[in-house]
Amino acid sequence: MTVLAKRAMQVVSFVGLAITIGSAVLLFMGLIGRGSYMWLMFLGTILWFGTAIFWVKRDDLG
Amino acid sequence: MGKKSRPSIIERLDALYEYDREPVGPERLRGWRTFIAMFASEHIAGTEFVLGTLLVLHGVKAFDVFVGLAIGNLLAVLSWAFMCAPIAVRERLTIYWQIRRLAGPYLTVLYSGLFAIILCLLAGSMVNVSTTAVATALGIESPNYALGQTIPTLPWIILAVCVGALVAILAILGFDRLAHFAKVVAPWMPFVFVAGAIASLPTLGVSRLADFWRIANDRIWTGIAQPGQIKYGLWHCVGLAWLCNIAQHMGMGDVTIFRFAKRWQMGFASAFGMFLGHYVAWICSGVLCAAYVYARTEAGEANPNPTPGNIAMMGAGYAGILCVLLAGWTTANPTLYRAGLAFQVATPNWRRWVMTLVAGVIMIVTACIPAVLQYLDRIVAYYGLFFMPLGAFIFIDFWIFPRLGLIRYYAEQKGLQWSWPAAVGWFGSFAICFVLYAKDQYPSLAWINGYLPAFLARYKADIFLQVLPAWIIAVSLYIVCSLIQQRLLAVRERMARR
Repeated sequence: MTVLAKRAMQVVSFVGLAITIGSAVLLFMGLIGRGSYMWLMFLGTILWFGTAIFWVKRDDLG
Repeated sequence: MGKKSRPSIIERLDALYEYDREPVGPERLRGWRTFIAMFASEHIAGTEFVLGTLLVLHGVKAFDVFVGLAIGNLLAVLSWAFMCAPIAVRERLTIYWQIRRLAGPYLTVLYSGLFAIILCLLAGSMVNVSTTAVATALGIESPNYALGQTIPTLPWIILAVCVGALVAILAILGFDRLAHFAKVVAPWMPFVFVAGAIASLPTLGVSRLADFWRIANDRIWTGIAQPGQIKYGLWHCVGLAWLCNIAQHMGMGDVTIFRFAKRWQMGFASAFGMFLGHYVAWICSGVLCAAYVYARTEAGEANPNPTPGNIAMMGAGYAGILCVLLAGWTTANPTLYRAGLAFQVATPNWRRWVMTLVAGVIMIVTACIPAVLQYLDRIVAYYGLFFMPLGAFIFIDFWIFPRLGLIRYYAEQKGLQWSWPAAVGWFGSFAICFVLYAKDQYPSLAWINGYLPAFLARYKADIFLQVLPAWIIAVSLYIVCSLIQQRLLAVRERMARR
């Protein structure tokens, strides 16, 4: 994976996390409904797993 | 040709850990990022959904949770930083070899076997957590222990067997890829916990942040225990947070990890695991539990069942369900793998996959016992108190023995098969602490009070409040017995020479 591709993946991953937490804040503030919140949570999850799996590395300490 | 002799249990155990026999070399040392990532990922597990919920059900107050958990987690971090990490970076050996050197091979085998059993129980609780998630998604009712449902329904058991079998098969196949996947899951989980809690606040009546503390006291951590639950307070929160990983910090289990640390100060990386997993996640799961119970009660349900699956579904939908499933699954897998490894030692000529399967069966049976989740906090406390003393001996052997003129790693130096001071300290401290707790907990043991000195009869400490007494009793017994052992032996040797 090129450095650029990795950076792009990381950006998408963090956008996924931001959507996850941001949707809850929007619901709390009353700006979106519960249905939209659930869909955004799901979207955030897809974005995270769809990209993080390619760039998160493993550390093995035995 | 002579008959090939079968290797002894001790030789097999040594062979299993042979790879780790030498201290870690400088080329393999790691920096801060490794330890921060490791702690943050290992201490956010499926069981956080249970422990935070249990604090709510045990009727703690909001102050108890926020302050008690902060103190307890701080104590845990300090224990890692000042007790575990400094020895780990000086010795750079695994817990297995450190115990082996000071307690002798027999006690090490016993430690390994008992540890395997507790690992199966913990893996079972994690499978139970994951199963509640799948059950919620499929519309299968999870058992409600508070209503006396001590055995799950057949569909739930079938589900638990399927989830457990999947975990066991993956552990048998080796968990390398899953360990990577667990690392991918880890950063996402705290976001789901926090998002679920924030999204649940309006259900509880919190419409602006200024309302939070009032609602927290009125509807979340109310100070009123649920029927059938013991009332917990501030010190229970402190004790639970400190105790739940005591086998790793004061019990020195994590010298195996910190032997790779460049400096002892990296012990403070444990703060990321404690304050994300055992502070934020416990508080969030408490909010999720209270919101679920409140919403269901308002909807007319008499006895809501706040399983991890139910509370996560309500707080975060299918993302929450996935979080519960993965949190249980990714932690159950390595736990089961380690249990199989430990069991393998005690069974001659049995292959590892067979032993992992045996461990898997124990895990699945455990997963089908709802009481395991209901009493998870107690199980964790017993586990910590039982395994902590051997780690305390490592600490004493390292820091105190040279000052007392005692020989370090005495069992190894003298070629002893077992160290009786370690055995007395280990079982003695646990037995004393258990009796001091059980005498007021179980009516059948109340007679013990009649034989105790007045100050001990008046001492009514819960299991969570036994951390310091257990440590002090363990090291006192170990030091006194070691003095007797080493001094007496020296006198005997002198007399023999004469």
